[in-house]
Amino acid sequence: MRGLALAALLLFACAAMAGTAVPTVTDPLTNKRAVHLAEQLRCLVCQNQSIADSNAELAVDLRRQINEQIEQGRSDGEITDFMVQRYGDFVLYRPPFKAITLVLWLGPGLLLTAGIAALVFNLRRRRAQRVDEPLSADERQRAELLLAARGRK
Amino acid sequence: MIPELGHFALILALLLALTQGVLPVIGAARAIPAWMAVARPAAQGQFVFVAIAFGCLAWSFANNDFSVLNVATNSNSQLPLQYRIAATWGSHEGSLLLWVLMLSLWTVAVSVFSRQLPEEMVARVVGVMGLISVGFLLFMLLTSNPFERLLPAAADGRDLNPLLQDPGMVIHPPMLYMGYVGFSVAFAFAIAALLGGKLDATWARWSRPWTTLAWCFLTLGIMLGSWWAYYELGWGGWWFWDPVENASFMPWLFGTALIHSLAVTEKRGSFKSWTVLLAICAFSLSLLGTFLVRSGVLTSVHAFATDPKRGIFILAFLTVVIGGSLVLFAWRAPRVGLGGAFELVSRESMLLANNVLLAVAAGSVLLGTLYPLFLDALNLGKISVGPPYFDAVFVPLMTPAVFLMGIGPLARWKDASLPEIAVRLRWAFGVSVVTALLLPFVMGRWTPFIAFGLLLAAWIIASSAVTLKHRLSRSEGGLRARLGAQPRAYYGMLLAHCGVAVFIIGVTLVKGYETERDVRMAVGDSVTVSNYTFRFDGVQSINGPNYRGSRGTIDVSRGGKHVRVLHPEKRIYHVQQMPMTEAAIDTGIFGDLYVSLGEPVSGGAWSVRVYHKPFVTWIWGGCIIMALGGLLALCDRRYRVSAGRHEAIVSGGGTKGAAGEVAAG
Amino acid sequence: MNRFLLPLGIFIVIAAFLAVGLGLNPREVPSPLINKPAPAFTLPQLHQPEKAFSQQDMKGKVWLLNVWASWCVSCREEHPVLMELAKSNAVPIYGLNYKDPRDDAIAWLKQLGDPYVLSIADRDGRVGIDYGVYGVPETFVIDKQGAIRYKQIGPLTPKALKDKILPLVKELQL
Repeated sequence: MRGLALAALLLFACAAMAGTAVPTVTDPLTNKRAVHLAEQLRCLVCQNQSIADSNAELAVDLRRQINEQIEQGRSDGEITDFMVQRYGDFVLYRPPFKAITLVLWLGPGLLLTAGIAALVFNLRRRRAQRVDEPLSADERQRAELLLAARGRK
Repeated sequence: MIPELGHFALILALLLALTQGVLPVIGAARAIPAWMAVARPAAQGQFVFVAIAFGCLAWSFANNDFSVLNVATNSNSQLPLQYRIAATWGSHEGSLLLWVLMLSLWTVAVSVFSRQLPEEMVARVVGVMGLISVGFLLFMLLTSNPFERLLPAAADGRDLNPLLQDPGMVIHPPMLYMGYVGFSVAFAFAIAALLGGKLDATWARWSRPWTTLAWCFLTLGIMLGSWWAYYELGWGGWWFWDPVENASFMPWLFGTALIHSLAVTEKRGSFKSWTVLLAICAFSLSLLGTFLVRSGVLTSVHAFATDPKRGIFILAFLTVVIGGSLVLFAWRAPRVGLGGAFELVSRESMLLANNVLLAVAAGSVLLGTLYPLFLDALNLGKISVGPPYFDAVFVPLMTPAVFLMGIGPLARWKDASLPEIAVRLRWAFGVSVVTALLLPFVMGRWTPFIAFGLLLAAWIIASSAVTLKHRLSRSEGGLRARLGAQPRAYYGMLLAHCGVAVFIIGVTLVKGYETERDVRMAVGDSVTVSNYTFRFDGVQSINGPNYRGSRGTIDVSRGGKHVRVLHPEKRIYHVQQMPMTEAAIDTGIFGDLYVSLGEPVSGGAWSVRVYHKPFVTWIWGGCIIMALGGLLALCDRRYRVSAGRHEAIVSGGGTKGAAGEVAAG
Repeated sequence: MNRFLLPLGIFIVIAAFLAVGLGLNPREVPSPLINKPAPAFTLPQLHQPEKAFSQQDMKGKVWLLNVWASWCVSCREEHPVLMELAKSNAVPIYGLNYKDPRDDAIAWLKQLGDPYVLSIADRDGRVGIDYGVYGVPETFVIDKQGAIRYKQIGPLTPKALKDKILPLVKELQL
């Protein structure tokens, strides 16, 4: 009788164990903040991946670091600073907005402004230089022939 | 023996390319018909020898000739046949040979389909393409010989990179190269026009189909690359703003600007020098891409084994080609003239605005890609520019372009009225706003990002419908007659624009609604993502032709009903000992279920990543639709006008914008 | 005429940068710790785990900290160079054994020779992270005040020793 109860208990325990999967450090649902931070840092040993995506050992270690620091109560800024102190600005996936990256961040806007300015300037100039010559008699005849030929198609 | 034959064929090809590049160009300048006539046969001869060389290399791969260094480095006897052949272009040297093969193919095509072009133009175009061939053939023969021998021969090869052992590898590079190389035709036409000093609407008509075709190939090539990365790399990403991806995207952006610009030059004879500049830029960026992948200047997943010596050669080649063409541009373009005038608000000005936006976008991508290099070269430190930058910069630039997509086709040539357009489009605008506000709720969640994306997509579709209705209303007859009266190019445009809308929908919905779980699963554990339940049923060991690995079984069900079983794998390829993740994907029109195995953890459990990606296939579907639109436009009757009629048009449609418009219809 | 020269001008600038770029290594990430105090650590020694070692112990001396591991292929490349350096007694070399099982590490040193005064065991790589290690092998030159003065990324080569490290060490020892 006891054996049966024990077996039933074990069976019950097994069924309970085969349950929901346990989230890992990089689970976006349960560790949103950790994943968000990891997505902003570049994996240095891979080429062009964030440490959230990469499976390199260093990436795994750094993800663990992030998780620990979150548990220690550090803020997002403090954690990113921690990484930058050790690896430099290179580790930031999103280039920081500093003096040396001014051209980078403002460049597209400047290019667009220059492009639109050039466009408007050019269009105004065209209008001033408008040269729409009327057709000569000869050309008018040729045009009419072509139109007629097209009509007959 | 065969490799030596291939090597010799390359040398002969070089000699023919030299002849093809030099004689016809001088012949056109000095009006020597005999020299101009050399162009076509030389091009065809060059193609034969390049094809022989390519065939020899492919044969060496197929037959496991490990005495050829390239084969020994990139292949293996256990590699399945299709990948042995694909390995022909899997290395730096082999891919160069593919480049040259494509180039000679395009050149032959130009030489065959150009009966109605004047001889000097054909001579110059084929000649310029010959000179480019010379550069690449010299590069190969001097620094990157694919037929270099390895003596004593290796017992077996080092195997093709496992990432490349995939059907995608077979199609993506050839398609991409067809695009890159195709822009050399537009480039050659531009140079020919600058050399000849004559740039008019008919020139635009001739270059347009070639450019559109190249653009179609490049669109498909990029799309294949993105799709391949998605299912091959195992973490569900499809675009990384990787330097080499950017290197393919920039010519695409300029190419898109070019096909729009050519439309104006063909119809109105305007934008001539700008169109020529775009053609030069598009091909220059193709060449720049070649440089970036092979020189070691930037890091990328795509980079070939880097060697600065090769980098020096390509840089010199780049400087000669691009520098030379820009010098020619600076010298001759001022004489080219302005063409037909147009108002500040007109279809021309809107197309110009579209061009400016595309060019600035390409320029920004170039800035972001090269910026780390700029800082490093100036000793200002090292930064990295990742996707957050490009996403932040690219979307705001493309948004106005999308709005213009709706307005442009409705604007009249030369002089349009904004109020009139606004009236026509107010219904379309209303529909777009309503869709943006309501549809996200239907789909599950409303965020500004999703609403904005849907607004853009709905705008394109609604305004295309308005444009079509308006155009049909101007024709006569029943619906079928009216539909048939519109040129195919018109439908091509509508289709391509709708392709963009489909693409935007895909991107918006995937980024807005995708869900991911990264969990540790023991046998029997399950995880639920978006109503789908994934149950982990364990992992078995497997053995493939040239790899061994683990194969997981995941049972997917929805609401209790079984959907399917997925088998993600983790493989280690014998030779390179490289671990690879093969994701298991259930593809559907409305979304993908994506599962990839992580690492084994204690007790038979594994870390597993599970994704639901709604509408992700619309991203690539949109690109395919864009390419189809381009192909449709190519089939337009105008490009198949008989030679006789072309004589009349060519002699009559000279330099006056008005006459050009008549001929083009 | 001016505006037609603009594209050429832009291209020349880009080409110049690309030319310079050919001589640079984009994968090399310079250390932000140069001229800053070496991060503090106290770790057990590899051969005598009951004894600890800290960077504090080296105050007043110029020394090299070499990051190595038995699983690292490039470390084998630089090993002869390290042995030579150790024999010459120019500067003491201390090893940071990075993420390596103890037995493997000891066996490796036994097989190839031990150029280190002593090695310390960074089993989980935390000290490595503090020092910004991202690719083994790496070598740090640390001065008498305990500040990092130079970081060699990748294996030590005779050229790097001759041109950069030894002159620097000499200067610091004065």
